[in-house]
Amino acid sequence: MEGSLVSVLIYGMVNSAVLMLTSLGFSLTFGLSGVANFAHGGLYLVAGYMTWIFMHNMGLPFLPAALFSIVIVGLIGAVIYRLILMPVRGIVLSEVIATFAVGVAILEFFRWRGFVTYEFNLPPFLKGGIAIAGVNVDYQRILIIVIGTGLAAFLWFFSHHTKTGLALRGMAQDEYTALSLGIESDWAAGLSLALGSALAAVAALVILPLGLISINIGYDVLLIALAVSVLGGLESTAGLIVASLILGYAVVATSTYLGPQWSEVVYLAAIVLGLAIKPSGLFGKFKELEERV
Amino acid sequence: MAKTAYRKERVDRGIKARTDDIFALSSFREILYLVLPRLLVILFLLPLPLFLGTYWQKVMLITLIIALLAVSWDLLASVGLVSLGQALFFGVGGYLAGFFSTRWGWPPLFTIPAATLTGAVFCTLLLYPVLRLRGIYFGLITFALPLLFMRVIEATKILGGTEGLSSLPPLPEITVELYILIVVALGCVFGFRRMFDTDYGLVLKALRDNDRSVEAGGINVQWYKAQAVFLAALPAAFAGAFLTHHYQFVGMPAFALDYSILPLTSAILGGIGSFAGAMLGAFILVPLSEVLRAFGTLRVVIYSVVLVIFVVGLPEGIFHYLQRKYHQFERLVPMEEVSDGARADLKG
Repeated sequence: MEGSLVSVLIYGMVNSAVLMLTSLGFSLTFGLSGVANFAHGGLYLVAGYMTWIFMHNMGLPFLPAALFSIVIVGLIGAVIYRLILMPVRGIVLSEVIATFAVGVAILEFFRWRGFVTYEFNLPPFLKGGIAIAGVNVDYQRILIIVIGTGLAAFLWFFSHHTKTGLALRGMAQDEYTALSLGIESDWAAGLSLALGSALAAVAALVILPLGLISINIGYDVLLIALAVSVLGGLESTAGLIVASLILGYAVVATSTYLGPQWSEVVYLAAIVLGLAIKPSGLFGKFKELEERV
Repeated sequence: MAKTAYRKERVDRGIKARTDDIFALSSFREILYLVLPRLLVILFLLPLPLFLGTYWQKVMLITLIIALLAVSWDLLASVGLVSLGQALFFGVGGYLAGFFSTRWGWPPLFTIPAATLTGAVFCTLLLYPVLRLRGIYFGLITFALPLLFMRVIEATKILGGTEGLSSLPPLPEITVELYILIVVALGCVFGFRRMFDTDYGLVLKALRDNDRSVEAGGINVQWYKAQAVFLAALPAAFAGAFLTHHYQFVGMPAFALDYSILPLTSAILGGIGSFAGAMLGAFILVPLSEVLRAFGTLRVVIYSVVLVIFVVGLPEGIFHYLQRKYHQFERLVPMEEVSDGARADLKG
């Protein structure tokens, strides 16, 4: 039982980092422009498949292929904003339905093109592994923790200490005041969508090497992003981290002790209970009265 | 050189008295003007099952089921509650019918009404604590709940687990099933339309537009929203119970995403807020997706794209477009002549 507890502790940490990376992009876009980008899962998989195509059909090495995909997915995010979201900006229902439909269209397109076999996988950055307290952890998983922590720190710095970040947050807090200070709404929202999409791509490239790329990952990613963002609250890096830790450990603990079929229940229950009991999330500071309730 | 430009002028027909739905009728011809579109729908639907082959009869059955779910979605949307998970109501109705039938051996004549009622009550109680959420947060809850039920049933193996409940008693012949569904669907569409014209419906509509001023008017918002959820859950739970007995099976697919996305797409395609639009949307979308069946999952892509186009480009929907064309004259009127210089000024 001792070994199992240690492995729960270690893999819970890894899983928390995975969850945080996965939901960073969604949470950033949601927090900065108020757009719930339901195409997040689709963009995540686009990054994975695009890198695979670059590597296998064009013969690029992994790193340039990955960089290209991140940039292109970021651009796709901006294009989605310009073409689809801008005309319906402010109508929450239309935003959600439109992005959700884009996501489903992307995922089902890949399914139709036959991107479902076992050949689709990405190479890990680092091979090999290390034993921590008798539990084997490969380097890729440690890398996920490092990159996840690094990105979260970078984003916190970006949104609190750079002009662009502050402008985006100002837009999220009060659109009209921000407008009167010369921050352009469409620029800010487009940028936040591009950033969020690029982050989805980064997450995909770091996490996908752990296993095969499959279509259903896209739907799972959306679910995870929703659960973490709902539980953690918006515009709060601390909320994101705490929610990832709670969910990460909860999922690993339930799948170790109860069985893997319970892991998805954890995410769904987090969304339902989170919204029912504390709609503003664990760390959400404002917007509770205005938007959620 | 000055050019005569024309603009399109839209004029409401003369029989409209005050608002969109109060008419001053002075002749049988004008009564016919209002009755005809409604009569056409009924006269189109009633004989339809007799002319269809077995395959298209089945398609029509699914169409009517999706139409019921879309009408239910539309009712919720009219109260400002945007549901992303009609599969919740559908699945609850389906599973309850299956449960009543396997546990107590009731015939479909009892299980379907019982599942409709208990399903609606159950969903209302379930959603009651979260009715205060607005916008996408309510949508998120309804998105998560059916998936949650699906996973819980899978994990705990209650109600048949992954196997589902099978060999339930069948319904009579498919033509009879179709007529029951047609009557229910038309009843829902016309009934809900009527309801929204009454004072009660006015309160419901006001909930969507500004629930705080409704609350300021001394009306219990939560209680009215709960009633709306109950009313909306009725047709959806009925659809679930009915399809369960049609297939003689209910399983985890009852909570699948299809039953959430198809009604939503139908309602948006047809136009929100009129109920007739939701039904029209279902009658376009479901047969279309049958025709496209050869394309495999590409048809999901196709109707996602249709959904995006309609949400972004034609948010009005087909029904409202037709309604406008029917209620208004359109004619070209010459605009006042504008000289080129003045036009340049206007542009500059």
